Amino acid sequence: MAIYSTNEFKAGLKIMLDNDPCAIIENEFVKPGKGQAFSRVKIRNLKTGRVIERTFKSGESLEGADVVDVEMQYLYNDGQFRHFMVPDTFEQYQTEEKVVGDSGKWLKDQDTCTVTLWNDAPLAISPPNFVDLSITETDPGVRGDTSGGGGKPAVLETGAVVRVPLFVQIGELIRVDTRTGEYVSRVKE
Amino acid sequence: MFQDWRPTCSLDLLRLRAQTLSRIRQFFSERSVMEVETPLLSHSCGTDPQLAFFTSEYCFSPERQTLFLQTSPEFAMKRLLAAGTGSIYQIGKAFRNGESGRFHNPEFTLLEWYRVGFTLPQLMDEITDLIEALFVGKGLQETQRISYQDVFFLYTGLNSLEFSYQSYCAYAIESGLSEAISLCEHDHALWLDMLFSHKVQLNLGDNSLCLVYGYPACQSSLARINEHCDQITDRVELFMNGVELGNGYYELTDAKEQSMRFDTELAIRQENNLPIMVKDQRLIDALAAGLPECSGIAIGLDRLLMLLSGSKSIEDVLAFPIYRA
Repeated sequence: MAIYSTNEFKAGLKIMLDNDPCAIIENEFVKPGKGQAFSRVKIRNLKTGRVIERTFKSGESLEGADVVDVEMQYLYNDGQFRHFMVPDTFEQYQTEEKVVGDSGKWLKDQDTCTVTLWNDAPLAISPPNFVDLSITETDPGVRGDTSGGGGKPAVLETGAVVRVPLFVQIGELIRVDTRTGEYVSRVKE
Repeated sequence: MFQDWRPTCSLDLLRLRAQTLSRIRQFFSERSVMEVETPLLSHSCGTDPQLAFFTSEYCFSPERQTLFLQTSPEFAMKRLLAAGTGSIYQIGKAFRNGESGRFHNPEFTLLEWYRVGFTLPQLMDEITDLIEALFVGKGLQETQRISYQDVFFLYTGLNSLEFSYQSYCAYAIESGLSEAISLCEHDHALWLDMLFSHKVQLNLGDNSLCLVYGYPACQSSLARINEHCDQITDRVELFMNGVELGNGYYELTDAKEQSMRFDTELAIRQENNLPIMVKDQRLIDALAAGLPECSGIAIGLDRLLMLLSGSKSIEDVLAFPIYRA
């Protein structure tokens, strides 16, 4: 893998730090007029999602991390692993639940999502920004109420729970923003 | 459409620059300090291992020489002082290779001046006068003066003059800068650079000018050692809103001492495989001939403009930063 020196550190660059794959968020050049130059770098650990700050001496270098984002189709959950497939090559990947994390509740069979691979093993799963899911459980709606005020909890086919307007019924398909977990609209099938 | 030909700063900023230059010239003209110009291309350059220089090929058949773009006009201005100019100032470009960032552009403008017969406190008075004149109407708070030792202790609880590896490491861990331990090892000067720039500097000069004086002797550069205490030097740094603005000295006039410091810096360059530079013999000869007692200071004009205009990045005050130059 390539080696990157501090002056090549740019937002988005993937590097290895303390044996974990990380992405650089920001790199600030710090130099006293009469002294050592440093790079003050903001880094996201791609395994844990945590953001840390770390200072390097100018000219220090880090190993690049083999991290790529690949569009894949979510196939199924066998109870232990989730399975994904690259549509072009039919190549399949399986991941443990802890890698899928919170994204799992938005994954519906056959939907496309982004799988981040590190050394060809899944590191993180990102669902599409919007998903269409049907409601499996919610209180009976109030007929005629289309104001959208108030709302009630609804359980979706993937197990996710979102707040929906009172007029939305069991069996209906709704669109959800996965970044905020909020109801967007009803969807006509 | 490509927009790369455009300046990165606004036209208002260009006007502010022009206005500031004219105010500075007026300030020094009222005080009978003479404006001078010295070469940007020179046969020699500073030996400071922390500064990287640009080189250039001079072809004047049959000769071929390497010339250096100046990292500061200091050596040439001192040669003028030794020749008897009296107090002088210069507004000019300086070049430092590899320095680029929110507060750095490899080519930048310096205001540098020398006051013959001034001690460091007298120069600090004049710096304050100039800054107050430039910031008039901007609600600048009263200038603070604090010694390096005091300000370092205030923000870190550490003694800057006595290096205690244990307490420096303990502070690094508790303040979330534990990488300093492997990065600085037992190098006191490096510890000071790192802790000062990360933990002290950001607090200095809240909407005011902050003058930090009495730097530790291991960070003396071209300043004179204090006559009462050999652990500190007569060096001052200027800060405003956490930004380093300038650096001044009660100037070293001893040719022998200067020559020795050059040799030390050259040895460090060799040790670290940095480009080798011949020491500037003309400067040493000028010191030997007699540099008058004087104090001098260099201020980064682009950063000054950033502070005057509340800009976040140096490219907001430059017409064409390096990537558009």
